[in-house]
Amino acid sequence: MNAFQVFIEPFAQFGFMNRALVGAIILSVSAGPVGVFLMLRRMSLTGDAMAHAILPGAAAGFLVSGLAILPMTLGGFAAGLVVALLAGLVSRFTIQREDTSLAAFYLISLALGVMLVSLKGSNVDLMHVLFGTVLALNDDALVMIGAIATISLVGLAVIWRPLFAECLDPTFLRSVSKAGHPVHLIFLALVVLNLVGGFQALGTLLAVGLMMLPAAASRFWVRGLEGMCALAVGFGVVSSYFGLLISYYLGVASGPSIILVAGGIYVVSLFFGRRGVIFTRVQAPRHRVA
Amino acid sequence: MSAVIRLNDLTLGYDGHPAVHHLDGAFETGSLTAIMGPNGSGKSTLLKGITGALKPLGGRIEHAGISVREIAYLPQIAEIDRTFPAVVGDLVSLGFWKSRGLFGAIRGVDRGALDEALQAVGLRGFEQRPIDTLSGGQLQRALFARVLLQDARVILLDEPFTAIDERTVGDLIALVQHWHNEKRTVIAVLHDVEMVRRVFPQTLLLAREPIAWGATGETLKAENLLEARRMTEAWDEHAPWHDHAAKHLHHGDAA
Repeated sequence: MNAFQVFIEPFAQFGFMNRALVGAIILSVSAGPVGVFLMLRRMSLTGDAMAHAILPGAAAGFLVSGLAILPMTLGGFAAGLVVALLAGLVSRFTIQREDTSLAAFYLISLALGVMLVSLKGSNVDLMHVLFGTVLALNDDALVMIGAIATISLVGLAVIWRPLFAECLDPTFLRSVSKAGHPVHLIFLALVVLNLVGGFQALGTLLAVGLMMLPAAASRFWVRGLEGMCALAVGFGVVSSYFGLLISYYLGVASGPSIILVAGGIYVVSLFFGRRGVIFTRVQAPRHRVA
Repeated sequence: MSAVIRLNDLTLGYDGHPAVHHLDGAFETGSLTAIMGPNGSGKSTLLKGITGALKPLGGRIEHAGISVREIAYLPQIAEIDRTFPAVVGDLVSLGFWKSRGLFGAIRGVDRGALDEALQAVGLRGFEQRPIDTLSGGQLQRALFARVLLQDARVILLDEPFTAIDERTVGDLIALVQHWHNEKRTVIAVLHDVEMVRRVFPQTLLLAREPIAWGATGETLKAENLLEARRMTEAWDEHAPWHDHAAKHLHHGDAA
């Protein structure tokens, strides 16, 4: 067996592997930069909360038309947006902070979602929604993921500057512009959009993995924002490829394989990254003359 | 001289409790005013009111010919996230917001203006420095550079020299005087009486109620300072609600 056979052939030979790879790569490109901003805004767990929040919408779509991509995506997006909006409104008009209101609403949403799924489906269906089936991506799903990635990347480019300002110095942004609040909501919408894009492939829960793990790993290597975004995308793509390959040869579930590779990259970065544990410890303390 | 900001019977506060109580007066265009008073006397609250971040509990703030977005405001405690991967150039460039907005490109002329602003605050060569490596004084210099780029007609500074070394204070005071010479309106909350007497022609002395407002020498008379010092900081939880129909005695009114 030569290298071509080991590394390329599974994707060349099988359509489902090919589509899975394309889908996962598009998701990586789209979700990586969003994850970097989540991390830098100390909202790393917000992605997880939103992933739970989209469940009732996806479940409602599932109840109406079974495991069809469009209704579940639209339903999930709507549910995620509602939760984000409600959490934002509560934090804006009451003394409660957004992390608390978000926790409250996503838990309500999650319970609703599980109840909806149990009305109709079996446990197997619930597992599909929660953990996805990247090997079952059809052409419709790929088009959907592509459209979502396009909207997400363009959206992020449009709000880049105010989002940057909002992260760096929110008081300043408030003093010169009314953009702060809308930008925060648009950003949350992008988070939800990427999660619903990912849940067909990875499920609502693991979709967060492709968003947060590459971003978290990138911070151990580079200092600049653009560099982090680029590296997060790269890590996501690498995770997708090797995750699928491992899944193919070992016969294990593909979604978790992808996320576990991303997790492995995170752990390696944590120890061996330029700004990771080991390098900052073993580097002899030295200083320049001025 | 015309007023750029006029306060009419202004009351600002939190939870219904006044922090600035029945303040009347005006900041003249091009004036350089210090706001003084003990802690809790409403100085920062007044600045927040002028920026529009805090809505009045009573009375009005009139901005003559400027919008609140054209006011440069340097808060006492900057909410800057020092861990965010930005460099000094990024932070200072936020000052281009008014001229370039959400989408306008930062142009060659801006690059020149940025260099000049950094040089003016003594941070030449700092453009690519990550902000988490700056000292407190360097960060304050950078924030003054950002105010420079904002090119605002009204500049509000809230205790800008707290925990800043003497040399930095000297440099930044020179910048404040430069703004004053350019006929910008500058309002600064300060605690250093000597500096105020030396640099600021106008002073507003607050102790929740206005004690005095006018020429610095007159405002900072010993009896006024003593009166300001007597202010009690505690809120009276059982204070009756203010009856808006009743005529309130204003500072300066004959008793």
